[in-house]
Amino acid sequence: MALITYRHTGIAGLAAAVPANTIDNYAYTEHFEADAVKDVVDKVGIRERRFAPAGMCASDLCFAAAEKLIADMNIDKSTIDLLIFISQTPDYRMPATSIILQERLGLPKTTAAFDISLGCSAFVYGLSVAFAFMQTGGFRRILLLDGETRSRVYHPKDRKTAFLFGDGGVAAIIENDEKYGESFFSLNSDGSKESLIKMDAGGYRNPSSPETLMEKVVDEQGNIRTDEHGYMNGADVFNFVLLEIPGNIRATLKQSGLEQDQIDYFLFHQANSYMNGYLAKKMKLASEKVPSCIEYFGNTSSVSIPLTMVSQMKETLPQPQKLLLSGFGVGMSWATCVINSPGMFISDLVEL
Amino acid sequence: MQEKLFELIKESLEIEGRELEINDNFRDYPEWDSLGQLSIIAALDENFGVVIEGAEFSKINTLGDLLAKVGSLSES
Repeated sequence: MALITYRHTGIAGLAAAVPANTIDNYAYTEHFEADAVKDVVDKVGIRERRFAPAGMCASDLCFAAAEKLIADMNIDKSTIDLLIFISQTPDYRMPATSIILQERLGLPKTTAAFDISLGCSAFVYGLSVAFAFMQTGGFRRILLLDGETRSRVYHPKDRKTAFLFGDGGVAAIIENDEKYGESFFSLNSDGSKESLIKMDAGGYRNPSSPETLMEKVVDEQGNIRTDEHGYMNGADVFNFVLLEIPGNIRATLKQSGLEQDQIDYFLFHQANSYMNGYLAKKMKLASEKVPSCIEYFGNTSSVSIPLTMVSQMKETLPQPQKLLLSGFGVGMSWATCVINSPGMFISDLVEL
Repeated sequence: MQEKLFELIKESLEIEGRELEINDNFRDYPEWDSLGQLSIIAALDENFGVVIEGAEFSKINTLGDLLAKVGSLSES
């Protein structure tokens, strides 16, 4: 069991950037009847989303967030010894986007850089990787970037996913200091559920071809997509969340020695309001302890937890807080952590 | 349990004005859709403490089969 304890490492500051281009979900009716759209939007609780315009990548959102954070915190770029970029919507298949960002951000050639490819669990996974590197003592600061243009992954004519996903990018500065105390992580995977959320073609198993780019009806409901668009079986994902996540949260809390009511805020991956609402109810969590940004940004995959922190906790995170973060999704992959935040710097949300 | 299960199915799928039968294939109901399925999943968990794995749930078609599955899982 991947249960990990780190000492004296934490998140010093956090910034986020979203596209200015705002989609009114109730008016997203090009391909479906307004009544049907209303039923879906009411249930998933996503009023607005941000869509990156053509030419804008996840890396551009992360770049803007990173520049803002570095300027706001007055960070000397030469002290950033590692840059990690988390995304499943990178600029290219090669080279890794993190390396392009090293040059773009003006970081020295002595900066280590690599990408992590995970979805909704990835911010917590990425934090764990960054914390582990910091524990070695060989790194002064880590810049953790996490960005997604998930709006482009799904097809607008597939109602199972058309109303859920949005775009965003975040930047976090990870530092060592005794004030961070101990933090606790649980990292998990279940490849037997690889087909619950998946894009079938366009990689090396099923390479891109004229056939994989053709639109086709994929189910009895008449949903349309290509093999190079993602699909999701929402009901099975909900079952997975109910089976795995409450137990994983309890296990991580037990490892931390804290009771559930000693946690100030629970930050869940923002999947949809219905699922998140039920999860909070099942865990008997007061709604004021479960911040949410799903209404304004939709499901932004791995970005959704830190985007919630920047957009909803600008006033509370600069104060000392005990936080529990839990991300779950495509893989299936899930991760939970309990972190001590003695006071986190939060930049104003950037709109591009 | 049957009465409670039928009540939950009617609530979840917003079925009004008719009674459910044990041999009904609930996937044929005009009210059946993926949103309703989410409500059923939550209702079974909340009321019976039962979560049916996706692969298993896909094999269940009638209310009778669903009742049997919920019964066996809630006992274990």
